[in-house]
Amino acid sequence: MRKKSANITDKLPAAAAIVLIIALWQFLCSAGIIPHYMLPSPLEVITAVGKDFPNLMMHTAVTLQEAFLGLLAGILLAFAAATLMDRFSVIQRALYPILIITQTIPTIAIAPILVLWMGFGKAPKITLVVITTFFPIAVGLLDGFKSADPDSLRLMRSMGATDMQIFYHVKFPSALPYFFSGLKVSASYAVVGAVIAEWLGGFEGLGVYMTRARKAYSFDRMFAVILVIIVISLLLILLVNILRDLSMPHLRADTGKQK
Amino acid sequence: MQLLRAEHITKQYGDKTIIRDISVHLDSGELVSLLGLSGAGKTTLFHVLSGLVTPEEGRVFLEEEDISGKPGRISYMLQKDLLLPHKKIIDNVSLPMLLKGTPKKEAREKADPLFREFGLEGTQYLYPSQLSGGMRQRAALLRTYLTGNRAALLDEPFSALDTITKSQIHEWYLDVIGKIGLSVFFITHDIDEAILLSDRIYIMTGRPGEIHSQIKIETARENRKDFTLTDEFLTYKRRIIKTLREH
Repeated sequence: MRKKSANITDKLPAAAAIVLIIALWQFLCSAGIIPHYMLPSPLEVITAVGKDFPNLMMHTAVTLQEAFLGLLAGILLAFAAATLMDRFSVIQRALYPILIITQTIPTIAIAPILVLWMGFGKAPKITLVVITTFFPIAVGLLDGFKSADPDSLRLMRSMGATDMQIFYHVKFPSALPYFFSGLKVSASYAVVGAVIAEWLGGFEGLGVYMTRARKAYSFDRMFAVILVIIVISLLLILLVNILRDLSMPHLRADTGKQK
Repeated sequence: MQLLRAEHITKQYGDKTIIRDISVHLDSGELVSLLGLSGAGKTTLFHVLSGLVTPEEGRVFLEEEDISGKPGRISYMLQKDLLLPHKKIIDNVSLPMLLKGTPKKEAREKADPLFREFGLEGTQYLYPSQLSGGMRQRAALLRTYLTGNRAALLDEPFSALDTITKSQIHEWYLDVIGKIGLSVFFITHDIDEAILLSDRIYIMTGRPGEIHSQIKIETARENRKDFTLTDEFLTYKRRIIKTLREH
């Protein structure tokens, strides 16, 4: 009970700051200090979401699908790469620098090339999401595998454990917290990655919707898309947190020690 | 009867010889300590005995079978309890059985009755973070026992505990070890602990480490209540301190 109320107190400053900023924004717009064709007021943004809701949701579903598929493929690839790099140090030495280099390539620069190669369908969007989400997860997992206590590995070997058993019982569980930290970053990258790829060509998705709104100088609808992206990114992070708590119940165990 | 025997063990890391020409043995049901200053190569000797590393010279025998460089035949417990934080205590202690292919349910059923014996009743479904240091070491010892090997190597298992917990656990340890009939090789740098918990003590000195001498403790394990206050205890202690100072 005390924990719960402490939690609320913790979050109070952030909530207050957000409310204050939105109130200030609304005031600046309503008072006519900022012309509304440059910056729509929060109320106008919400109205824009409401007015075009079914259409917006249709596009959201497409973007979410791309983000999910890309993220899933990114996770699988990252898992394979991290496992191989952990197992064979030669592979780690060969791949790690390349991994870093891929991270320095700006997403916005590579997206048009992907569209040229793969056309206007979903493939370039999913690929871009894979590229952006792969790195944080792969690096997180690799660090996690390496974080396993060497004494634990020694103990497992002294009990006659095989490499697979050591991986299953010690290395993988040690890597889970790192994996979820990486996943949290990647989950928000995934949505942004999909939207950026959609900007550069396509038929549906939040990026396409945004481009159309921009061409019509419809600022309120552009902000509406931003609002939707924020909400789904937050929901994804929440989902990751729930998954993390479910897969690591020992972190939530009451630590009142037994004597 | 000799259960475990190591003959003329020499182990080097690179050019550096860590231990030289060491021969030790452990009889069935015996508690033997390996006492020496830090850096004498005690842990290295244990790595050799457990089969985790292969010695340059010498062999290790378990009941006449050569087990040099073959891990899994002798149980090993370290100073850190090394309980896996994501597994409940019952799954931690039954891990050695799981590794050998015993189904989880069956392993739990075998482990469960021993919780009472080890003073761990009620902790079966807790996580390691919910237990005190002393309880965690008890769980680690139960896991060591459930490895199913007759001989165990204990590397400073109680050195991380506070003094009061330590003295409580010493008494408990002698009692439970006697009941389960485990033969134990025990590393410590605590002279009192060595005398209190052993039938025999090897004193290790020098760099590279060698066995300097051994001491047999005459008082039976069952009669060691308040043993630390007796003249006999102090005589052993003086002898050991003298040896360690001279080398």
